Amino acid sequence: MFKLFHPNRIFQITSKAPKYILFLFVIVLSVGLTEALILSPEDYKQSDAVRIMYVHVPAAWISLGIFSSITFLSISGFIFKNKNFFLISKSLAPSGFVFNIIALVTGAIWGKPTWGTWWAWDARITSMLILALFYAMYLISWRIYESEEKVFKITTFITILGIINVPIIKYSVDWWNTLHQPASINILSKSSIHSSMLFPLMIMTAAFALFSLLIFLMKYNTELIKIKNKGLDRL
Amino acid sequence: MYGRKVKLRFLFVVLVLITLILTAFLVLKSLEENVVYFQSPSEIKVLPELDKKKIRVGGMVKKNSILVKASEVKFVITDFKNEINVTYTGAIPNLFEEGKGVVAEGFLKDRNFFSATKILAKHDENYMPPEVKQALGEK
Repeated sequence: MFKLFHPNRIFQITSKAPKYILFLFVIVLSVGLTEALILSPEDYKQSDAVRIMYVHVPAAWISLGIFSSITFLSISGFIFKNKNFFLISKSLAPSGFVFNIIALVTGAIWGKPTWGTWWAWDARITSMLILALFYAMYLISWRIYESEEKVFKITTFITILGIINVPIIKYSVDWWNTLHQPASINILSKSSIHSSMLFPLMIMTAAFALFSLLIFLMKYNTELIKIKNKGLDRL
Repeated sequence: MYGRKVKLRFLFVVLVLITLILTAFLVLKSLEENVVYFQSPSEIKVLPELDKKKIRVGGMVKKNSILVKASEVKFVITDFKNEINVTYTGAIPNLFEEGKGVVAEGFLKDRNFFSATKILAKHDENYMPPEVKQALGEK
């Protein structure tokens, strides 16, 4: 039932979309940065260091979201033998990896003035580093294995191993004593972040999501072109 | 609706996931001591034995407990049940303050005295502008 996948028809849409997404991304990012760097207030405790949070938190969210999507798509692709799901996963991974690294680096930059250290082997930070390693393994295995059968299986297995880590990242700050503070934003209860700071955070998250979408579309188009060049009009 | 192979592959993934979750749970449970970044004063109080290893103690800096003498700082870490006295010589992070979170790394002298070699300020999850903090304080 999933066999009817026409790269040509999809390509018609995905090849035109990037320029609109880019336009939207530039607008949202400029609004987000203006809000985050200029208009939003400084924090009562950390003063201007709080502005790092507007990059750090969205980057962490996006990298977790992308890893979860990749896992879901890979497992579905594995169960239903759908090649397209694997191509979407492959195209999503690079931006997830980049945002993971951004979250780690901005966390270190924030940690130095607030905690007094660049790095701590606490549960949240270490599990985030492990996620970056899983991303790296995932991306490398696409380059190592030539046979599709093999690469589909191996990448699926890596995502299944890695997804165990995702809830650990999320709840590490609640389960154990960590240097990292617990979540400020709660869906079910009141958030402990002031609305004047929540607003730029949301805009920046939207900007990063658009950026991921842009990179995804560009990568995905490349994959579709590769298929077209092989002379296959369906998978 | 789906073929037998599809069902088998689904079952396979579910089994792998269950196995991995159980393994991860058991490993983390048995390593709990190493996963926690710091111990609270109450946990120090009930330690079966004091070893010479470097450990971390975390909690709140007790109000009016900071004493600065030359380059030496003395303060009390509390979890509102138990307390521990800390002495430290060296640089203090900017956010180190009374009534705020702190993690001290160093050595236990006994159950009540801790000699720190490093101080880290722990930030809490509250983010707000100074005016809001002031307004909250006035209430």
